[in-house]
Amino acid sequence: MIGRIALRRPPISPAWVVLGGLITLAFVVAMVRYASGLGAVSNLNDNTGWGLWISFDLLCGVALASGAFIMASIVYLFGGEQYRPLLRPAILTGFLGYLMVILALLVDLGRPERIWYLIIFWNHHSVMFEVGWCVMLYTAVLALEFSPLVFERFGLEAPRRLIHALIIPLAIAGATLSTLHQSSLGSLYVILPDQLHKIWFTPLLPLMFWLTAVAVGPAMVILESTISSRVFRRGLELDLLGGLARVIPFVLAAYIAVKIGDLAGSGELGLLKDWDLESGLFWLEIMGFVFLPMVLFSLPAVRRSSAWLMFSAFLVVSEVILSRFAVGLIAIGRPEFAASYAPHPLEFAVTIGIISAGVAAFGLVARYLPLFTEYAASPAGE
Amino acid sequence: MAKAILFDAFRCTGCRGCQVACKQWNDLPAEVTHNTGSYQNPPRVSADTWLVMQYREVENDDGELRWAFGRHACMHCLHPACVSACPVGALYKTDDGPVLYHNDRCIGCRYCMLACPFEIPTFQWGKGLFEGPQIKKCTFCIDRLSAGMEPACVHTCPSGALMFGERDELLKVAWARIREHPDRYVNHVYGEHEAGGTSLLYISPVPFEELGLPKLGSAPIQEDAEDIMTKATPAVLVGMLVGLGGIYWVVKRRQEMMSKDGGSGRSGDREASS
Repeated sequence: MIGRIALRRPPISPAWVVLGGLITLAFVVAMVRYASGLGAVSNLNDNTGWGLWISFDLLCGVALASGAFIMASIVYLFGGEQYRPLLRPAILTGFLGYLMVILALLVDLGRPERIWYLIIFWNHHSVMFEVGWCVMLYTAVLALEFSPLVFERFGLEAPRRLIHALIIPLAIAGATLSTLHQSSLGSLYVILPDQLHKIWFTPLLPLMFWLTAVAVGPAMVILESTISSRVFRRGLELDLLGGLARVIPFVLAAYIAVKIGDLAGSGELGLLKDWDLESGLFWLEIMGFVFLPMVLFSLPAVRRSSAWLMFSAFLVVSEVILSRFAVGLIAIGRPEFAASYAPHPLEFAVTIGIISAGVAAFGLVARYLPLFTEYAASPAGE
Repeated sequence: MAKAILFDAFRCTGCRGCQVACKQWNDLPAEVTHNTGSYQNPPRVSADTWLVMQYREVENDDGELRWAFGRHACMHCLHPACVSACPVGALYKTDDGPVLYHNDRCIGCRYCMLACPFEIPTFQWGKGLFEGPQIKKCTFCIDRLSAGMEPACVHTCPSGALMFGERDELLKVAWARIREHPDRYVNHVYGEHEAGGTSLLYISPVPFEELGLPKLGSAPIQEDAEDIMTKATPAVLVGMLVGLGGIYWVVKRRQEMMSKDGGSGRSGDREASS
């Protein structure tokens, strides 16, 4: 039985100094923002009320956290017990991802101190209402799914058993909330039929956001495993990652079908020949970031190579980032009120600082909690 | 009954009295602006300017330029997208017509700004945590209305381009003017049906897009989004819970049967890891 694999290294390495610096910078920017308003640190304005933080930190952040619910569903619900070694890092990535989303929202919201008003003031017609509730509830589910690492570390047997007993309902709740949350981020933009470019607007946005989130879940697990195996110098579960990769082409194929079918159904296929910014983004997404990884992940040779797996997973992650930015920032806005918005450098500073905090937290958990522990078959299905 | 304002672009002289009256009545501070090459100033509505007259130069049939004046301020929609979008109900529609804002509830998510097809709600970008930034927009002069007065912009208009009254009455007035002078007006009352109808009605000598108004269908723009919230979401919620529970149950049964048959246990039927 192998115990903890994470290596203990000297406490202060250059990487920690850089991460600490970036986190501090973001913290200072956030303080300025709280003192002097959003306008002091961002280029957000009345034409572009949602900028980098919503497109990247919220839309991409939530999508890239989907590995947690995908892996929990595979291991706990679909009988994929052999994938258990990938589960804990995936849950941690998802949990940290959601905490990072909340951090970004606390900077972006005009009145962050009132974020809990979502609990007491309800408007169930608002998609934002669903988004808010999903963030709250699913973060709670992720915290519970993550908690056994803490309980094991400190030998708290009773709470660990309680979570163990609840793990199936938690997995079901997690997958349900994730489906609602991933899709509702697309639904946010269904209220913009006139402001979103026709190539990118469709009432099926929630389905598309969900499908791409499902595809990027395994891709994120592949990326996170291959990177962490190098950083922490631990073994790589290449056979498991290859097995996981086999799912991705099916999801990507479904996404292409929905996307082309939707444009054909609304008679907008002709727009793809316009060769403007929006159709260019469409072709880049479909050919480079959907079709290419679909073919790559279908090849056994790719699935046996960690470098090729990493590259193909990177393409799927790029797809999510491109499509979220296209909907959230690029293909949006009415020409009459067009105003150029480019993120302020300090907006990037906040985003980078939050990512740094996530990376640092992952490193700390890997070092101090049983993250990569391999343990004898734990009776999940009983 | 629902109140409304009729704006007659033919009668408007572009004096901007309404824009100033709005600032005056609502005690809004001046804005620092810069020359954009247009009479229009400031360029759009903001937290400190709730009504901006649009100055458009339009070519007429003889190829000559003529002025067209538009009015950019809250349309007080009959089915407001901002109200539908607000997660905490900080925006609400009153029976009298005005769409109003409840600062005590607002969390500052700014989804209303995104949702509004007229790009009306604005945000106080310069206010920090302690000043508490708010969403700002035209209130239909609700304080004047409740005292039995007409909105400040209407009250001040010297040329009769603005008219305040019951919405059905104003619709009749608008159509009567169009019928009386079909040569003067485009044969359409903007706001009668746009986005499900608005409390601001426009008649104009030039196409409404020239006045800065978006081309909208007659359905409220939030219809699809509300269908997703009230129909699709509950169905997905129940479907996922039942479906995932069912899959778990079936998978578990199959694994139990396999292990009873003497199978090697829990590696399942997927590609076994070793």
